[in-house]
Amino acid sequence: MIKTDIIIIGAGPCGLFTVFEAGLLKLKCHLIDSLPIPGGQCAEIYPKKPIYDIPGYPSILAGELVDNLMEQIEPFQPGFTLGETVDKVEKLEDGNFLVVTNRGKEHTAPVVAIAGGLGVFEPRKPPIGNIRDFEDKGIDYIVKDPEKFRDKKVVLSGGGDSALDWALFLADGGATEVSLVHRRSSFRGHPDSVDKVMQMAADGKINLITDAEVIGLNGGDHLEELIIRRKEKGEIKVTIDYWLPLFGLSPSLGPIADWGLNITKNSIEVDTFDYSTNVPGIYAIGDINTYPGKLKLILCGFHEATLMVQSAFKTVYPDKRLSFKYTTVMGGISGFEDK
Amino acid sequence: MDSKTNKMIKVSVIDRKGEEHDLEAPTDMNMNLMELCKAYELPVKGTCGGMAMCASCHCYVESAHDLNEASEDEEDMLDQAFFVEDNSRLGCQIFLTDDLDGLKIRLAEESE
Repeated sequence: MIKTDIIIIGAGPCGLFTVFEAGLLKLKCHLIDSLPIPGGQCAEIYPKKPIYDIPGYPSILAGELVDNLMEQIEPFQPGFTLGETVDKVEKLEDGNFLVVTNRGKEHTAPVVAIAGGLGVFEPRKPPIGNIRDFEDKGIDYIVKDPEKFRDKKVVLSGGGDSALDWALFLADGGATEVSLVHRRSSFRGHPDSVDKVMQMAADGKINLITDAEVIGLNGGDHLEELIIRRKEKGEIKVTIDYWLPLFGLSPSLGPIADWGLNITKNSIEVDTFDYSTNVPGIYAIGDINTYPGKLKLILCGFHEATLMVQSAFKTVYPDKRLSFKYTTVMGGISGFEDK
Repeated sequence: MDSKTNKMIKVSVIDRKGEEHDLEAPTDMNMNLMELCKAYELPVKGTCGGMAMCASCHCYVESAHDLNEASEDEEDMLDQAFFVEDNSRLGCQIFLTDDLDGLKIRLAEESE
């Protein structure tokens, strides 16, 4: 069991900066994020994009902002649970919250701050009516165990690196038949991988089906057949064992919707006094919250985090008085003692 | 007020239920089609804010307007969308200009 003062759900810029502001008040934080790296959208969607509205930075790459935040919070030694999604947030009898991830890791704290941004990044699923019927019964959105595809007929869909890399790997790794379906004839993956796929297609090791798309699924208990529509060449049916639609990640609110919080239009309602939700002890900051006048900006999230920890302090230490101090008068940031 | 600051065009958007919405769009605000749809509270998420980095504003252009060509970034992102056709575009990459008066588009199905 991980014990801390504030459990921060979401390790994007807003969640990371919370560690700093909490640290100034001697509150310890632990961050949980479904992505394997800290930074949220800044790291996952646009690390190389410049941001122009971070005060004091005429321009900064999103990835650099994350690096800087990580450096800024380092003295406060935050804990991280990465690559795991929070499934359950539950109030215990002693007043603390129990926060459990999809892998069963348990965390406890008197305060939970949800800085979940757009929600959880999940594989993008093709909008084919019966797709759910075959999830884990012939359809995998993520390759977890490539051994599973040995001596099987596998079709991959997508035009990016994951589709190309797994097509190459499986074609070399013992799948009976590997087909790659893509909506156009050029690929956006790494040029090296594209060349290799083209070579393997020429050698007959990968069956390349371009200008095409999977539009239908047939099967009983298990997926058996794909209907593939080819531009100008009509539809074909392909008998298969597995289909891997690899279309990248997209965010969804996920389990956050089930924690008893007031939610409007995929956002958590908060009181702008301290960004508290309708559940005492749970706060929501950054892109995930909503209130009259809300703007989804990183700089607004920083402001929200700063006000929020003042209130969180009172939840953690109801009897302590808090006096506000500027960092300029602190004579340097004093972090926590080494563990 | 300068007459130039009042330039408006008409854009027609067919939503996912087949209902057609006639929108008025200013052409002097550097606005794109995704933003216009959101301003009218049509069901377009615009998750990435207009960076051509999600595909939540995927739409089909149904009128014969001569649009700017899709960039490589836009094509790459369309690779992660579904039911992409020859007239598929990302709304956030269609900038509303005077010559797009009468533009007609249809919103594409959302992925889950």
